Amino acid sequence: MVLGGALLVLMAAMAAFAPWLFTTDPIQLNPIERLRPPGAEQWFGTDMFGRDIYSRTVYGSRISLAVGLAAAVLSVAIGLLIGLLSGYVRLLDAILMRVMDGLMAIPGILLAIALISLSGASLGTVIIAITIPEIPRVVRLVRAIVLTIREEPYVEAAIAAGTRLPLILIRHVLPNTIAPLIVQATYVCGSAMLTEAILSFLGAGTPPEIPSWGNIMSEGRTYFQISPWIIFFPGVALALTVLGVNVLGDGLRDTLDPRIARKM
Amino acid sequence: MEQADGRGAMLRFIAHRLLATIPVVGVVALFVFLLLHLSPGDPATVIAGDYASPADVQRIRATLGLDDPLPIQFGNWVGRLLQGDLGISIFSNLPVSRLIGQRLEPTLLLALVTITLSVAVAVPLGVLAAWKSGTWIDRAVMIFAVVGFSVPVFVLGYILIFVFSLEFKWLPVQGYRSPADGLWPFLRHIILPAITLSAIYIALIARITRASVLEVLEEDYVRTARAKGQSEGKVLMFHALRNAAVPIVTVIGIGVALLIGGVVVTESVYNIPGLGRLVVDAILKRDYPIIQGLIMMFSFVYILVNLVVDILYTLLDPRIRY
Repeated sequence: MVLGGALLVLMAAMAAFAPWLFTTDPIQLNPIERLRPPGAEQWFGTDMFGRDIYSRTVYGSRISLAVGLAAAVLSVAIGLLIGLLSGYVRLLDAILMRVMDGLMAIPGILLAIALISLSGASLGTVIIAITIPEIPRVVRLVRAIVLTIREEPYVEAAIAAGTRLPLILIRHVLPNTIAPLIVQATYVCGSAMLTEAILSFLGAGTPPEIPSWGNIMSEGRTYFQISPWIIFFPGVALALTVLGVNVLGDGLRDTLDPRIARKM
Repeated sequence: MEQADGRGAMLRFIAHRLLATIPVVGVVALFVFLLLHLSPGDPATVIAGDYASPADVQRIRATLGLDDPLPIQFGNWVGRLLQGDLGISIFSNLPVSRLIGQRLEPTLLLALVTITLSVAVAVPLGVLAAWKSGTWIDRAVMIFAVVGFSVPVFVLGYILIFVFSLEFKWLPVQGYRSPADGLWPFLRHIILPAITLSAIYIALIARITRASVLEVLEEDYVRTARAKGQSEGKVLMFHALRNAAVPIVTVIGIGVALLIGGVVVTESVYNIPGLGRLVVDAILKRDYPIIQGLIMMFSFVYILVNLVVDILYTLLDPRIRY
């Protein structure tokens, strides 16, 4: 978990301090220098327009982290809301769960691409399109917890004592959801970053002007056989970041829920 | 008498589960149907394209019945769907079902090879890790699993291509050869895509297998078996695995959804003319009939697979009855 956290902090630092990390303008075209292999001048080489891959990779981390974080926070927030509603209001539960099941049946990437095609590609729509497929899983998680907590004696006691519903939710249900939700959030974050990369790779994600790892790799496709570094460096960066997030999630889960830690 | 009862209950259970899937399919159908109508612009104009005249647009409206109220359109669409009519592709003017038929083989075979490969590799790995729990073998498998889960599918694909096709020149860079044209070319072309696609799957299945088997190995009946003198191999195979099967099968079912997503990317990377590419191209070009038909199909397959998994549960673990 420490390792994961460390990796993540590294990536975050890279994103935040990008302008000071010896980078040049990531969008600046420089056709004279096109397709140079990694060397002294350009650490990761250049792409077909002469743009420095190192700079683009470093700046790309901002997009990926932003998307991952946003998707994680949004999906957990929305999922929490729906899950609470679903757990407590029987009528809504039936409808909501069917809708969630339906959403889960559609492969995530297809759902995301379809959503993007509805409203055009911009960073905002990409984030929303990635968040929506992740919501059902969070809802199920929260709902399961709500359903169990509801039957606990202390909740019954609270109701008998006259506590109103919102207070019950906040005081008893919510604290039990925090730990699993945090763990789930890390997985959503990793998944979101991968999805963003795939979307951009397929041409349905972040607009090409913004350097995201998926975009860089997508542009590098045609030149792969002569200039593989265009795909490698962002790819490795992405893999390391997602790895960091996943390891962090595993570590968090081990700490927060020792029951499962023993097994996994 | 008891046997007849059991069978009756089983059939009723299956029927019940089948009925339960209908609302889910309904939700998917609704979403897919709304896709065309939610997108910006008038559907008829979208379908007609940029160069159509107002008369063309009107004609399209009439043919597709776009002037009818939405619920009626939905009903008509579902009706056609049930008869197997998936509509006509906007861009190629071919029936969607024909397009699907053309592209089905590569995707299906890729999926089958991937699943076989994944299960064949992951389950033994998971069992091994559980057996040697705590040793370096266990750690190695777990690290491998986490990495497999984190590396993006297409990055892995390109790495494999780089190593095996470009550097060593053992395998072709991309493309697909049907088994009808020869088994060896088919295998040569499918092996890299299958490995690429199975990485995530293997990671997932290996982890769950290990966790599940670990849990089972602590059960009393395992200790009894060992005390009775059963060889370790038999203990693992018969007792541990059989009882650990439920979560493993669950995850295989869930993995199918991941698989469908991965297929899309893998076919893109390796230039395989399958359903994955078809659907991505269709979405990018806004070819709605194809999009609708394929999403319905994929979702349906996913629901079906999970249904089979649920039924398998009752076979694997007689304690589970709904």
